[in-house]
Amino acid sequence: MNETTRLLPWAPERTGEAAPVTPAPITKPPKPARPGLGALLYLPLRLAWRQLRAERARLLSAMAGVMFACVLVFMQLGFRAALFESATALLGGMRADIFLMHPLTTASFRPEGFPRSRAYQTLADPDVVEAVPIYLAQTTWRNPADGSRRSIQLVGFDSDAGALRFDGIEAVADALKRPDTIAFDRRSRPEFGPAAAMFEAQGPFDVQLGGRMMELAGLVSIGASFGADGNAVLSETNFRRIMLNRSASVIDLAALKVRAGADIPTVVARLRATLPPDVMVMSRPELVAHERAYWENATPIGFIFAFGSLMGLIVGMVIVYQILFSDIANHIREYATLKAIGYSNGFLSRVVMGAALILAIIGFIPGIIMSTWLYGVVGGATFLPLRMELERGLTVFGLIFGMCVIAGLLAMRKLRDADPADMF
Amino acid sequence: MLAPVALHGITFAYGEGELRRPVLRDVQLDVAPGEIVLLTGPSGSGKTTLLTLIGALRAMQEGSARVLGLELAGAGEGARVALRRRIGFIFQNHNLLGFLTARQNVAMALEMQGTLDEADRLARAGELLASVGLADHTEKLPAKLSGGQRQRVAVARALAADPGLVLADEPTAALDKQSGSEVVHLLRDLAKKRGAPILMVTHDPRILDIADRIVTMEDGRIVSAAA
Ligand SMILES: Nc1ncnc2c1ncn2[C@@H]1O[C@H](COP(=O)(O)OP(=O)(O)OP(=O)(O)O)[C@@H](O)[C@H]1O
Ligand SMILES: [Mg+2]
Repeated sequence: MNETTRLLPWAPERTGEAAPVTPAPITKPPKPARPGLGALLYLPLRLAWRQLRAERARLLSAMAGVMFACVLVFMQLGFRAALFESATALLGGMRADIFLMHPLTTASFRPEGFPRSRAYQTLADPDVVEAVPIYLAQTTWRNPADGSRRSIQLVGFDSDAGALRFDGIEAVADALKRPDTIAFDRRSRPEFGPAAAMFEAQGPFDVQLGGRMMELAGLVSIGASFGADGNAVLSETNFRRIMLNRSASVIDLAALKVRAGADIPTVVARLRATLPPDVMVMSRPELVAHERAYWENATPIGFIFAFGSLMGLIVGMVIVYQILFSDIANHIREYATLKAIGYSNGFLSRVVMGAALILAIIGFIPGIIMSTWLYGVVGGATFLPLRMELERGLTVFGLIFGMCVIAGLLAMRKLRDADPADMF
Repeated sequence: MLAPVALHGITFAYGEGELRRPVLRDVQLDVAPGEIVLLTGPSGSGKTTLLTLIGALRAMQEGSARVLGLELAGAGEGARVALRRRIGFIFQNHNLLGFLTARQNVAMALEMQGTLDEADRLARAGELLASVGLADHTEKLPAKLSGGQRQRVAVARALAADPGLVLADEPTAALDKQSGSEVVHLLRDLAKKRGAPILMVTHDPRILDIADRIVTMEDGRIVSAAA
C-alpha cells in the first residue's frame, strides 16, 4: 500500500487518510556517480603503497632515512629531557613545601648567602610550622677505592627537622648527629668509587672529605646533577667542620614546612609581601623550574638539542623528498596517463601525500623501537634518566609526520610536469 | 541522434606573439555514433593537436567543439576531467603502470567511476582482458608481456569504463605488422559491439580497412574525406 501511495499520490487510499501535507518525493533525478570517501582516501593510499612496494631497495632506503631522523630526534629530545631532569636532581630531591633563596642565586651549585634570621622570621606566619636553614658547598672527595679526588656537593642541615627530606634520610638521621659523620648519595657517579657498595658490605667506614676524615654513616638517594656529580648530606655542625670559613649565620637555602591543609601559594604570596627583598620565596616546583631555567637559558644546551633535532628532521626530509620526487619523475608518463584517463590533480596529490604518510609510519615504527633500545643502552652507560615516554613518542611522530608532509608538498610540485596533452 | 563529436571552426596556435605558430585552421569535423574515423596526413599537419583538443587534454582557443554533449570552449578543469572519464584513450605507447598487474591496470580506469566496488572492478577487468585474448595473463606485470599484449591491455583499459568515444593516436606505431593489425581489429570489433565511435590517427596503411571514413589533414586543414 505504501508503495502505491508513493507512486500514485492521487490514489484513492490517500484521500481517506489524514494525509501528510507534503507528499514524499516520487523519484530523484539520477545522481551522477561520484567516487565516495573510499575513493578519496583509500584508493590513492593503496596506489601509493603499491608504487612504493614495487621498488624494494628504494623503499628500504626511504625507511632507513625516516628511521634515522626518528632515532636522531628521539635521542636529542631524550638527552635534553634527561639532562634537564638530572640538572635539578639535588633541588628536586629536597622534599619541603616552600624554599627561601637569595635573589642573586642563579643555580644551586653557586649559591649566594643570606641571613639565617630570614628563615626564622617566616615562623611568624601562622601557617609556617617549621623552617630549616640549609648550607650548600662543594669540596673534594677522595675515592675510597683508588684515592682519586673529585668535587662533591655538601648539603648541611639539621637532619632531625621534618621540613626537609631526602629519600633514605630517616634511617641515617640519628647517625648524622654524631660528630664527623656524613650520609653519601648512593646515586653519585661511579667516579666517586664503590662507597655505597662498601657501606652495604662492611658498614660505616672513614672517607676523606675536604682534607678531613669523616665517617660514612649511611646512604641517601639523590642523583647526580649538572652542578654536582655526587652529593653528601651532613649536619650543620659537621658541615662547618669541613668548611671552616663558613659562618653559621649565613645560609644558602631555607626549607619551610607549612601547617597541614594550608594553601601553599597563599603562604608563598604572604611571605613575599612580608619578607625583605634579600630573599626569594618559592614553592618547590618554582625552585626546580628556577634551577632548570638557568640550565636552559644560561647554557646553549637547549639550543644544541633543538638544533640537533632540526638537523635530523632536515636530513630525513631531504631523503623522503628525494624518494617521492624520483618516484614521480620516473613515472611521469604514467601520472600523465592517469590524468588523461580522468584522474584529477587532487587524486594524484593524495597519492603523493599517501606515500609520504606511509614512509612516516613505516620509518617511525622501527625508529621508536630502536630508540627505546638505545635509551636503555645509553642510559645505562651515562646514568642519565633516559626513558621512552608516551608524550615524547607522540611529539616525535608529529615531527616525523610533519617532515614527511613538507617533503610530500615539495615533491608534489613535480606533478605539474605530468601534462596529459603530451601523451599523444 | 547527436553526433558524439561535432567540431566547428577550430583554430589553434602554439606559442605567443612572434613565436605564434598556427597549427589548426578552421577545422570542421563530425563523428557519427558508432562511426570509425581514421585521421591521416603528413607529419606536422596537426592531427595529434586536434586529438588532444577533442580529448579535453588541452585548452581550446577558437571555435566550438561539442564532445559527448559537452561544449569544450570555456569548459572548466572539473568538467574536462569528468569528460575524460567518458573517453577511452589509446596512446602510441601503452603507458601502463609498471607496478600494477594487467588486471589492476584495467581496473584503474574503473576506479574513477565510483559505481563498482573493488571485486566488481577486478571481475570486469578480467572479462575485458579475456575479450582481448589475455585471459591467461591477467596477473602479469606489463614488463612480462609482449608489446602487442601490452597494447591489448591498453585497449581493454580504454574500453573498460564503457566510453562514449575512443581516441587513439598511432596505436600500432610501436608494434610489428602482425600484432598491430590484430590490435586494431580487436579494437574495432569491441567498439562496434558497444556502439562506441573511434577517432584514430594513423600513418599505417595496413589498417585503413577498418575505417568507415578516412579524413586527411594537411597543414592544419582537413583536405579530403573519403568514405
Ligand atoms: N607542445 C607543442 N608546442 C609547440 N609546438 C608544437 C607542440 N606540439 C606540436 N607542435 C607543433 O605543431 C605542429 C603540429 O603538431 P602535431 O603533433 O599536431 O602534428 P601531427 O600531425 O600529429 O604530426 P605527426 O604525424 O608527426 O605526429 C607541428 O609543427 C609541431 O611541431
Ligand atoms: Mg602526432
